[in-house]
Amino acid sequence: MITTTSLGEKVKEDFPILQKPMNGKPLVYLDSSATSQRPRQVLEAMNLFYENKNANVHRGIYRLSEEATVAYEEAHTTVGAFIGAAMEETIFTKNTTESLNLLAYSLTKKLEKGDEIMLTQMEHHSNLVPWQQLAQERGLTVRFLPVSKDGELPQDLQLSNKTKIVSVTHMSNVLGTINPVKEIAKQAHDAGAVCVVDAAQSVPHFPVDVQALGVDFLAFSGHKMLGPTGIGVLYGKKHLLEGMDPFLYGGDMIREVTFEQTQFNDLPWKFEAGTPNIAEAVGLAAAVDYLKKLGMDKVFAHEQSLTQYAFERLEPLGVTIHGPPPGNRGGVLSFSVPGIHPHDLSTLLDQDGIAIRGGHHCAMPLMGVLGVTGTARASLYLYNTKDDIDRLAESIEKAKKVFNQDDAGQRPTSNGGRR
Amino acid sequence: MTETIDPSYAGEGIYREFILDHYKNPRNTGTLPNASFSHKEFNPVCGDHITFTARVSDETIQEARFQGHGCAISQAAASLLSETLKGKTLEEIKTLQREHMLELLSIPIGPVRTKCAMLGLVALKKGIEEYEKNG
Repeated sequence: MITTTSLGEKVKEDFPILQKPMNGKPLVYLDSSATSQRPRQVLEAMNLFYENKNANVHRGIYRLSEEATVAYEEAHTTVGAFIGAAMEETIFTKNTTESLNLLAYSLTKKLEKGDEIMLTQMEHHSNLVPWQQLAQERGLTVRFLPVSKDGELPQDLQLSNKTKIVSVTHMSNVLGTINPVKEIAKQAHDAGAVCVVDAAQSVPHFPVDVQALGVDFLAFSGHKMLGPTGIGVLYGKKHLLEGMDPFLYGGDMIREVTFEQTQFNDLPWKFEAGTPNIAEAVGLAAAVDYLKKLGMDKVFAHEQSLTQYAFERLEPLGVTIHGPPPGNRGGVLSFSVPGIHPHDLSTLLDQDGIAIRGGHHCAMPLMGVLGVTGTARASLYLYNTKDDIDRLAESIEKAKKVFNQDDAGQRPTSNGGRR
Repeated sequence: MTETIDPSYAGEGIYREFILDHYKNPRNTGTLPNASFSHKEFNPVCGDHITFTARVSDETIQEARFQGHGCAISQAAASLLSETLKGKTLEEIKTLQREHMLELLSIPIGPVRTKCAMLGLVALKKGIEEYEKNG
């Protein structure tokens, strides 16, 4: 227990931005679900690449370009191995959103009118809008699995022989729910569908092994797991990727081009058109090395213990925390303070140097299901500490005094309580 | 229990008493019978919304009301704005800018929260635009 709770203190000094004061107070960063901070090790790896190895990849027949190519390809191997994937099954994209757009475009191309895509009500816009738009264009049906009051999905996915794609978040960026994707993949396969997993909130926080889960595709972002922005990952099973058309066309994704036609490159390059984000790939590999050194089991245990502590500190304040109780859930705490709008709360907390998110968290349909227009959200990562949670609780108490909401009564809105 | 709150935190900051008063007791709320126009405006950042409704004659606002849901800044700003509308011509309202809302609020507003402060005015101006387009 002592080792897990001290992880935050141990690593905090690796993060230069966490040493800087915010509004005159030490920064408490509780918005890692939006983007994480980066340790010195990642920043240095990118700097070293630019200072020593920078050139375009897969092109120049000179030493520098070879070194850049090796570094870029090794990053695929490192990042792929982190989730149990082979190098050729590890495609670098801009972020989770681009990975999911690639899939939505390429997978729906082979479907027939009337085929179904099963999503859930807890999806981030990035795992909803691409499917919705492509479905409209190609005459497909999108269905949404309901989310229970506790923020959980039904056990039976209600798939039919028309269901061709099941795409689901591994961990909700609003509720913290961890979905049983192994079981979901099994049901998808039994129905003859492929299983896509939005792992933007899972890969950064706990061990994920695509082989053990049996999923067909998995997407995540570098910037939410200590890596730089502009680099994301799409994992796909080799035989499925081979059967898919590219999403972007251009340089580097080709083997041979004539004026009439093009032969595409091997995996994963077939899906990586144009000059990629090379230094960012190197930075992501450094982030993976950093996480591996700490151990993802330890990262998760630390966040679990902090989540438990956050429930203990926040619930007595009359704060409603949405989603499942502590236990099988991640460190994303979406909450409502009666009578205080999430933006007003964010502004007041900011004055204490505390960064939280307020709003719909890119999940507007889910907000409707929860019966709120938005929530405040504190999301935890390995560098957070119990002290951060204490500061959060104290600042919420102060905010309640400003709004005179100690009676916890609901403020009448200007349209009589309706939204 | 009455505890004093650090003035730099609340009193001198955004959440001054009159802002909270307009938030908790918004003026001129609801809808109008025989309204000339009504427009609902969303803030995409948070999903907050305000609908401004007004009765117009001689190109002048006779009465205006609003309703909606949102943060203290958006609701207080709309309430403060609603108090200044009666007797104003549509042309006058169309010239109102960000500075006008900041003046009404007279509190420090950063770039992100400026969208909140502007929500009511944007709803009103778009309502006028639609009203004029529809003749």
